[in-house]
Amino acid sequence: MKHQSMKWFLLIVALGALLTLGACGKKAVPPPPPPPPAPPAPTASISVSPSSIQAGQSASLTWQTTNATDVSIDSIGAVQPNGSQSVSPTDSTTYHLTAKGAGGSQDATARLTVTQPPPPPPPPVTPTVTDEDLFSQNVKDVYFDYDKSDIRADQLASLQADVQFLGQHAGINLMVEGHCDERGSTEYNLALGDQRASAVKNALTAAGVNASRIKTISYGKEKPFCTESNEACWQQNRRGHLVYQK
Amino acid sequence: MNRLYLWPVINRVRTQHSRREKAQNGNFRDFFSPQVRDRILQSNKYRYTILSYGVCFAPSRMDESARPTSQRWPSRFHGPALILICTFFVLSSALFAQDWVKTGTSLGVEKVRLAVPDFKPSTSDPQNTALLKTFNDTLWNDLDVSGVVELASKSFYPLQVPGQPPEVNFLAWNSPPPNAAMLAFGSLGVVASGKLTVQGWLYDVKNIQSPQILGKQYTDAASDAAARVMAHKFSDEIIFRLGGGIPGIAESQIVFVSDRSGHKEIWAMDYDGSNQHQLTHLGSIALSPRISPDGSRIAFSALTKTGWEIMMYSIDLNRTVSFPHMGGTNLSPAWSGDGLKLAFSSSRGGAPEIYVSDVSGGNLQRMTTAKGPDVSPVWNRKTNAQIAFVSGRTGLPQIYTMEADGGNQQRMTDQGYAVSPNWSPNGQFLTFAWVRKYGPGEPGASDIYLMDIASKQWVQLTHDGGRNDFPSWSPDGRHIVFQSNRSGNLEIWSMLADGTKVQQLTFTGRNTQPNWSWK
Repeated sequence: MKHQSMKWFLLIVALGALLTLGACGKKAVPPPPPPPPAPPAPTASISVSPSSIQAGQSASLTWQTTNATDVSIDSIGAVQPNGSQSVSPTDSTTYHLTAKGAGGSQDATARLTVTQPPPPPPPPVTPTVTDEDLFSQNVKDVYFDYDKSDIRADQLASLQADVQFLGQHAGINLMVEGHCDERGSTEYNLALGDQRASAVKNALTAAGVNASRIKTISYGKEKPFCTESNEACWQQNRRGHLVYQK
Repeated sequence: MNRLYLWPVINRVRTQHSRREKAQNGNFRDFFSPQVRDRILQSNKYRYTILSYGVCFAPSRMDESARPTSQRWPSRFHGPALILICTFFVLSSALFAQDWVKTGTSLGVEKVRLAVPDFKPSTSDPQNTALLKTFNDTLWNDLDVSGVVELASKSFYPLQVPGQPPEVNFLAWNSPPPNAAMLAFGSLGVVASGKLTVQGWLYDVKNIQSPQILGKQYTDAASDAAARVMAHKFSDEIIFRLGGGIPGIAESQIVFVSDRSGHKEIWAMDYDGSNQHQLTHLGSIALSPRISPDGSRIAFSALTKTGWEIMMYSIDLNRTVSFPHMGGTNLSPAWSGDGLKLAFSSSRGGAPEIYVSDVSGGNLQRMTTAKGPDVSPVWNRKTNAQIAFVSGRTGLPQIYTMEADGGNQQRMTDQGYAVSPNWSPNGQFLTFAWVRKYGPGEPGASDIYLMDIASKQWVQLTHDGGRNDFPSWSPDGRHIVFQSNRSGNLEIWSMLADGTKVQQLTFTGRNTQPNWSWK
């Protein structure tokens, strides 16, 4: 045990000696001769604040130099070694400062980004409401009972709205499409759809709408709005559908 | 193998039915007056008997040995079990019997038993195989659906079948198992010139001394279509001779509406569903095709820029020809039997009413004035003196008849939703689509019915579910074509006029409103 500690001690001493000798060896190199005195090199910095403007606005350009005798900025020309200036370029510009002195030359740049002003907000659009839009907003379809072409009492309000709209818009013509649900025969449903369309037309003309403005067509069960086999869907299909006509 | 017992149940009608209904659901023969019955029998060579069957399955003694022991029924169970099962069926059928009635042809009437062995090749041309298949299949189907003959099953035939008269072994055919009264046979071959020649004979095999009833030879360019036409012609000859002198229908056509091109257009096909082809290309909606009695034109209604108008398609010219626009909604044209007049529904005067014009659209006359839509006219094509039509004047649509001048309007159906009348060629019956019990909670199936016009007595022809509509009679009065969605799709089906031999004819797209040619 003792012998091993001794071995470690010797090893560390040897290593320390090796390192010390190595370090001493470096120190032994003679120092280089001192450099000749040189004139100090110029320094330069330039900044612009803010760094981004809209066209027409101005920004402040600030620069500092030291040890320079000849300071110039591209696009401005010769300037004082230190100073600031207000600029308002129309396009993005990079300001390039060159400072020359006895000690050499130093460059610095600052970039000013110029954004074009946003286009003037478009004049508020007055939505051009077409007759067709008005028609679809105001005119209501008329729904029917099964196998019936009589106007139901609960459909009179729809008809009244239709009459009112058509009275206010005398230039609008319309097509009344008669539709039926899927039950029953193709031919009978086309005849029934014709009667439904006629019933709506007759109700409109009776309320004062000129008959020449109203065309009718039956689609029977050929063009259903809804294709499921339940009463809710069938009711959707049993209707006089009012369509805008130019 | 179980033996199938058919248990006839003649009077399985709910007792709470009215006497009239009971009679209608009961026996056609008992209910129809003797005069009507005679007319039916004379006109169609049919006997209508409404029967239904309790079906009893019972294991047969012969097959018992083949059955695993564990499944064997003790033989002492046979009698009681059979009685129990049959009683159950009879009782249950009586309990649940409503309108499920079966009409049958030839119950009590023997049809001619005909054997039709496959035609044989007469040459060694390689085309023969395919042409023989077409010919044999077509001939067999024509005779099978004709309702005129009873075809002896091919499995009963002797191994050696004749292709020429000298090869006929009379004893092998006129005794069991084929036990045929008649034998149709022949040969087919493509000869050196490229022509297809078919020779066919019809032999009365019970009359060995002078057996030949018919001997025919057909020659045409070798093609599948020609083989089919030859089979149709030969089957028509056989049916003409065995079916009481009424011409066969194998060369008749069916026009119909199909949407398989993307639009509803008018299509045509052979009576057996082959050769389906598009006629119109309007790109809008074409409906209700009705072929003219001479087969040269098809009147139909179509959605035009000015609304629904009657249009005319010339089969000869293969294009639509002019027909005047009437204004309003014009629907469902119908030809008079003499081909000189058209009846149709028009709302040109306000409401949809029946009008009659000549076939050029001139000389228009209004026939009905009632409130409610009038549509779907059809002429009595035998007399041209009456028109049947559909009217919603009392609410749900019903079948009406009137004189051809609009007089004597009579309601034919008493309830439900009845549409799409079609007049039988002999002028005595109407077939139409009827939802007989209509309303919430009712079954609501639309079925094809047949009504004797003089007595207004009717019988239900379809029972197999779905919505069945637009029946149209074949030229021989033995068949009815109709549309049905029983397969899940709207397709065209045909059946014998007693409701049997139901066959699907179309399989692609939605196919509706079939109309059978007049000859």
